[in-house]
Amino acid sequence: MMAVLFRLTVLLLLAAATPAFAAATKNGKFVNIEAVVSPGGITAWLVHDATIPIVSMRFAFRGGASLDPVGKEGLAKMTSTLIDEGAGDLDSQAFQRRLQDLSIRLHFGAGRDTFSGTLKTLTKNSDQAFDLLRMALSNPRFDAEPVSRLRSQFLSGLRRDQEDPDVIAARALSKMLYPNHPYGRPVDGTVETIGGITADDMRGFVSRRLARDNLYIGVVGDITATELGQRLDEIFGALPAKAAPFDIAEVNAKADGRTQVIDMAIPQSAIVFAQRGLKRNNPDFFTAYVLNHILGSGGFTSRLYDEIREKRGLAYSIGSYLYPMDHSALITGSGGTANGRVVETLSVLKDEWRKMSEHGVTAAELADAKTYLTGNYPLRFTSSGNIAAILVSVQVEALGLDYLERRNGLVEAVRLNQVNRLAKKLLDADSLTVVVVGQPKGLKSTP
Amino acid sequence: MRIRSFLFGVLVAVVVWAPGGPARAGHGLFNPQTFTLKNGLQVVVIPNHRVPVVTHMVWYKAGSADEPPGKSGVAHLLEHLMFKGTKKHKTGDFSRIVARNGGSENAFTSLDYTAYFQTVAADRLELMMGLEADRMSNLLFDRKEVDTERLVVLEERRMRTDNDPGSILGEHVNAALFLNYPYRQPVIGWEHEIKALTVADLRDFYKRWYYPGNAILVVAGDITAQQLKPMAERTYGKVPGRPKMVRHRPMEPPQSASRRVELKSARVRQPSWQRIYLAPSRITPIMGGPGVEHADALEILAEVLGGGSSGPLYRSLVIERKLAISAGANYDASGLGPGRFTFYAAPRPGVSIGKLQAAVEAEVAKIIDKGVADKDVARAKTRVLAEAVYALDSLATGAHVLGAALASGRTIDDVESWPDRIEAVTTEAVNAAARAVIKGRPSVTAVLQSAGKG
Repeated sequence: MMAVLFRLTVLLLLAAATPAFAAATKNGKFVNIEAVVSPGGITAWLVHDATIPIVSMRFAFRGGASLDPVGKEGLAKMTSTLIDEGAGDLDSQAFQRRLQDLSIRLHFGAGRDTFSGTLKTLTKNSDQAFDLLRMALSNPRFDAEPVSRLRSQFLSGLRRDQEDPDVIAARALSKMLYPNHPYGRPVDGTVETIGGITADDMRGFVSRRLARDNLYIGVVGDITATELGQRLDEIFGALPAKAAPFDIAEVNAKADGRTQVIDMAIPQSAIVFAQRGLKRNNPDFFTAYVLNHILGSGGFTSRLYDEIREKRGLAYSIGSYLYPMDHSALITGSGGTANGRVVETLSVLKDEWRKMSEHGVTAAELADAKTYLTGNYPLRFTSSGNIAAILVSVQVEALGLDYLERRNGLVEAVRLNQVNRLAKKLLDADSLTVVVVGQPKGLKSTP
Repeated sequence: MRIRSFLFGVLVAVVVWAPGGPARAGHGLFNPQTFTLKNGLQVVVIPNHRVPVVTHMVWYKAGSADEPPGKSGVAHLLEHLMFKGTKKHKTGDFSRIVARNGGSENAFTSLDYTAYFQTVAADRLELMMGLEADRMSNLLFDRKEVDTERLVVLEERRMRTDNDPGSILGEHVNAALFLNYPYRQPVIGWEHEIKALTVADLRDFYKRWYYPGNAILVVAGDITAQQLKPMAERTYGKVPGRPKMVRHRPMEPPQSASRRVELKSARVRQPSWQRIYLAPSRITPIMGGPGVEHADALEILAEVLGGGSSGPLYRSLVIERKLAISAGANYDASGLGPGRFTFYAAPRPGVSIGKLQAAVEAEVAKIIDKGVADKDVARAKTRVLAEAVYALDSLATGAHVLGAALASGRTIDDVESWPDRIEAVTTEAVNAAARAVIKGRPSVTAVLQSAGKG
């Protein structure tokens, strides 16, 4: 258990500390992205870079945990943990051992809206790496032994989640905001649903959800466009042409200012909050992005950080962020404070929310936000894997091949009156919906 | 979110040695350039011209294990205060200037060091150097700001430790594992001592440890030593030099008793078990026990035993006998003080900790008895060295590895020769290291239990 905690912390460290890789090249231009189309018609975006002998690939299939049937919550997630536990003629042990011996990193994941994967390999092992990926996608086994073993690990994870106030709070908030929508259901499932998911359920998921028409691929590293084109057909060519159709309703979050307190005997309350936000394709998205940066996302410089942490010492961690989904959107955030100071923290939070809505931001704040957001953007391209992930998300969001070059211009174009108009329209302190897990003094759930 | 954070040495150890360095024996690891300023500041440059970006880090050879008795947490609270005002810049300016220049920044405190870093476009490097040089000697200590930041740190402690039974147990484990060595104190400090820290305590620690001769400047990225040197002289070169302070660390005496630390909590839903042996770090042997010559072999041993789902512990306990959810081993060799070798497992529901412990003990006894196989050592070495290539994908890794090593008393040569030494590890050396650290040695067993259950 501790080993897991260590690793998580290390990841956080690396996320914070890893510097830029290749966003801005010497001549000030962004990375050179090629849209590679295989002979069989599969598209991938490629950034070719042979500096280091490795290849990173990310891919995503549209359609994720939101499609889990009622009572089978966790299906997409569980499939993602079992799809690489045995495929083709290799059982779980043989498959994992081959990955390990070749130092190939292969992982799958499931979010609300996508099922995704990541592959990282030394160039010299890329043939085997691509072949193992092909097998996992097209011919996963879901043998009884790994299904039972991974199910027990999954259940162990869910038990640990029940110890974690932040996870409990986040789950409760989703449920409050989306009472009658898949977004309200847990991506990781529950102890009950995980127990009932079968190998056939997972085979069904693979055959319905993994196809060529809902697939987005990003590749970075030591591979040419010509070679990648051939590999794409070998890896993904055997997938069905079309995924099963699905329909998820557009939904507005039920953010109506309620507060829910969940009792837990801990010294510090975990706080999560949300109101409605803007989807990624909303024309005001960038304005909201800049607005939220000033409000709660500016690292050591946002208003929430300043008022709640710097001036009052109310919390170690406090922030807000935009959370756009395919069919809804939130502005959400979290913090933690001693049980005796929750009421004060929430009051400062709502005051800042209100203040920004009523009075907007200053020209100086806007200018600072722009220089940060534009100057920091290149540093986000922290490694070949990160760049590959960005290539995938730009495709999933249909932002266009030139998006990376346009992006800073979109930030620059945001004007003060736009920010302040949107602040007035969007930010609504009275709609902030809050979950507190702990024993907050003087705070009760909304009846 | 980006937070000023402290990290246990153990965590950094994973960063440092999991990625490792390039796999090409005889070619060094990060191939750094180095020079020293007149005031004693050691400068390490890791050129990487892939993109016009640099990571700029200053490491102070002072961590929580260097705190005076009764002042636990002073190193970490000082780290927080380093973001407040100096004679030149008022509170908040530092972060505002970094942000206006598009930079990312953070800092962390560990057992053996405290480090501050920014990642920025290469043409903003000197600005960062000027800011960092300024707070090396000009920090102001405002009573009110200290009191507010103390509240933040207390919240940090609640979040990281007091809210989490596993972390509370971890504090007790460290206090049990070390009878005398200061690693027994938590990096963040004990709550009552954090509350009692004074401005004088902070200023004393700062004056004692923050000066050029006790710091290491590491810059990785689009820069060479030749380009950096005049910039370093213009900025850090102006900080007055001082006679060197010596780090006095109390030694850990020979241990003769095994200990068991158990935490039962109603909040624990997934029990877990660990057994920890004191082990040599790369520079500190165990008094009356194994020496530093075992460090490289222990690294391979941990990889053989703990390497994913094909290690013997996982195979036996998780796959074959279905007693555990997880099982493995790890080794931390990175500190200035003693290291540790840890076995861990988490039981499946219905399996008692006693039964789990007996099963791990039987596996470990088998390994000590029969030794590990040549082919498993060869596989482990390949994996460890391959991770090294991946490490080159990130600009910061080299800066972290070298900074942490130098701040913990190691040398550049020691880091650079790592691939050669790993290549040279033999099966006999791995088996000898296993026997030296485990066989007949005292240990600390840590158990996290649900309340109300066996």
